[in-house]
Amino acid sequence: MEIHRFEEILAQHPLFASFDTATIALFAGCARHEHFRAGERIYSEGTPADRFFIVTHGDVALEVATPEREPIITETVHAGELFGWSWLIAPFKHSNDAVALNEVRAISLDGACLRTKCEANPALGYTMFQHWVPHLVTRLRSLRLQVLDLYGVKA
Amino acid sequence: MAAPLPTPDPMLPRRYRVTRAKGEIAGTATVELAPIDGAPMTFSPGQFNMLYAFGVGEIPVSISGDPARPGQLTHTTRDVGLVSKAIVGLKEGDMLGIRGPFGSAWPIEAAAGRHALFIAGGLGLAPLRPAIYHVLNNRADYAGLTLVYGARSPDELLYAEEISTWKSRLDTEVEVTVDHARPGWTGRVGVVTTALPHALAGTDPATIEAFICGPEIMMRFTLQALEAAGVSSDHCWVSMERNMKCALGFCGHCQFGGDFICKDGPVFRHDTVAARLGLKEL
Amino acid sequence: MTRAPLHLPDPTLLLAALLAEGIRVIGPAPVQGAIAYEPLDRPEDLPKGLSDSQSPGHYRLAETAPGRWFDYVVGPQSWKKWLFPARQKLWSAERTADGFELGQPDEPWPRTAFFGVRPCEIAAMEIQDRVFDNGSFTDPGYARRRAGTLIVSVNCARAAETCFCASTATGPRAEAGYDLALTELATGTGLLLEIGSDEGARIAATLALAPATPAQIAEAKATSAATARAQTRAMPEAIAGTLKANPEHPQWEDVAARCLGCANCTLACPTCFCTDVEDVTDLSGDHAERWRSWDSCFSIDFTYVHGGAVRRSGKSRYRQWMTHKLSAWHDQFGSSGCTGCGRCIAWCPVGIDIVAEAHALSAPDPSLPAPAPHEEA
Repeated sequence: MEIHRFEEILAQHPLFASFDTATIALFAGCARHEHFRAGERIYSEGTPADRFFIVTHGDVALEVATPEREPIITETVHAGELFGWSWLIAPFKHSNDAVALNEVRAISLDGACLRTKCEANPALGYTMFQHWVPHLVTRLRSLRLQVLDLYGVKA
Repeated sequence: MAAPLPTPDPMLPRRYRVTRAKGEIAGTATVELAPIDGAPMTFSPGQFNMLYAFGVGEIPVSISGDPARPGQLTHTTRDVGLVSKAIVGLKEGDMLGIRGPFGSAWPIEAAAGRHALFIAGGLGLAPLRPAIYHVLNNRADYAGLTLVYGARSPDELLYAEEISTWKSRLDTEVEVTVDHARPGWTGRVGVVTTALPHALAGTDPATIEAFICGPEIMMRFTLQALEAAGVSSDHCWVSMERNMKCALGFCGHCQFGGDFICKDGPVFRHDTVAARLGLKEL
Repeated sequence: MTRAPLHLPDPTLLLAALLAEGIRVIGPAPVQGAIAYEPLDRPEDLPKGLSDSQSPGHYRLAETAPGRWFDYVVGPQSWKKWLFPARQKLWSAERTADGFELGQPDEPWPRTAFFGVRPCEIAAMEIQDRVFDNGSFTDPGYARRRAGTLIVSVNCARAAETCFCASTATGPRAEAGYDLALTELATGTGLLLEIGSDEGARIAATLALAPATPAQIAEAKATSAATARAQTRAMPEAIAGTLKANPEHPQWEDVAARCLGCANCTLACPTCFCTDVEDVTDLSGDHAERWRSWDSCFSIDFTYVHGGAVRRSGKSRYRQWMTHKLSAWHDQFGSSGCTGCGRCIAWCPVGIDIVAEAHALSAPDPSLPAPAPHEEA
């Protein structure tokens, strides 16, 4: 019953929509529900990145801590969006902090489990990359634009 | 929307008096002006004026007030140079020379019946505000109204209170996003393009008329995102900026290929400038 | 009044008639070794016997044409220095108790005749007419000066090596745009005087000249034709489209490597119209003025916007100048901005030749793949 709902949610998500039913079922097998209270830390920089998240409700801030003052929010993630891609790339550790800005509901997928399945089935692994890379590139382009500090007064 | 004819010698300013001066975000101020003599200036959304600070010089500044209230000529300026610094420092009762209005307008009346999408970056909200006012004043004429506004940080959101008012209207969709924030900011963090998919969710891209104003890079990336979202480039409008000395097509500085930004622009339909936007140092 | 061509034995007769009417006459005068356009106060001020030699980066004026009135062609200046002064006060402002007051200077423009305007220079004035009355705005000072000026033109009986007006259809004979037009006939046999306006006819009538003979009329025509044939340079006909299609042609880098960015070409060009404005105040700060002066798209600050200049490279600035002149001008004003006068060639300190550049840019871009050859069946 629970698994069946995961399959429905994943099948509707743009990142997973084009996978066949069997593969989605495989993903659903790695999925679980998550719930975070406002202000709760979802993960911290440097900790093992064994899961990634699809927000179904609420907003998440991705932050970088600074020693001398409050952390900098580099990006916020909202319902329907994904975060936590460090599970894909060795050494599989988070590179920032994720904090729930309000009541957050999400589905998390077990990245370690997916990695194992991809190792065993390179065709699945390749398809995974085909779907993940555009997502990462969109994020990269946005961040590139962000570092340009477009609206600042120019020296 | 033909521009009204300016004074007989188009190089000679008219004198205006500051009726209200209001600080905005850091280094930025809005002034409201009334002519010393003669009728108030009527203008179309997207047009600009040449503002002359006595003894300092003249710069182009977009008109940021309500076109339905010409008696309250409004300009928002940021102090990035000598003249803009003088204008930002104006107080009630001070005098300013003005030539204008100049340039092409956002074709906002022609967009009646469509979903008006405004995408602003930084101070780019100021030239869009007259068009936003027009849609708000005539909301029933439009299928929808969406504002996507990107700024540097929560402290640098222009017209923040007014945006909150717009956001509270049930017939207006407002997405605000900032490039950087500290904890305490509960809104979006991310460049303006990241807010587009959510802002456009549920809207048929074929019904959208997009009006975009901000730094040129921001506009280029936004146009790519709009194209990816299925908004046709002949329904996207941008406002261009170049060096300007006369605003009449005489001084030659603002040329952008075959167009003078000052009189053929500043507002252009994207497909008419798309190729030129890709050329470096044009 | 008759418009039939007349025979003018000596151009100083016409100059004298104009001066006698109290008209200010501005005409050719040798200044610092070059032909300039200056007020001619007496009929005998009109130079005689001069000719020039011009080539890329080269101009010399010498007394090598005994008995000839107009054997030199255009010098570094053009009439734009009169109609569109290099530096002009637009207005002044005085501080008052509650702000400032604005005033505009009186710009007296006595009734004026330009004497010795070449066909390419008529074309240049007509081009600038469209710049300063662009359909949206009119420069009232320019319009007043232009309207208050008679044009006495001279069809060229000789072309300099740098001339290419035949290829731009702006000379060497003017068909319109003048009040009176002169064509110098064989040395010592006077000039053909053609009438282009009622005012021209009125002035010509005061001279009581004999009608030109059919032979004189034919000779003038033949002279113009020979001058056209003598031209060695020709602007490619399709240059407007070629430049628009080739913003990244490698020739731009090539010419930029030679160009000094000195702006001589834009100053010498009779149609270049770009200006800068300058706001000045006196020491008290109570008196302010706004001045307009010629500017050049070759200066880096020309495109300065908050943060920096748009055209930072010499390549982009040369491309702007030439593409504007020969291509974008059509979009803006319905004609080319080039009159084939050759000034930019002669007065370029490194001898860059706009015609040679236009031909180089018309060659296929070697960095692009060549069109596929037709397959033989």
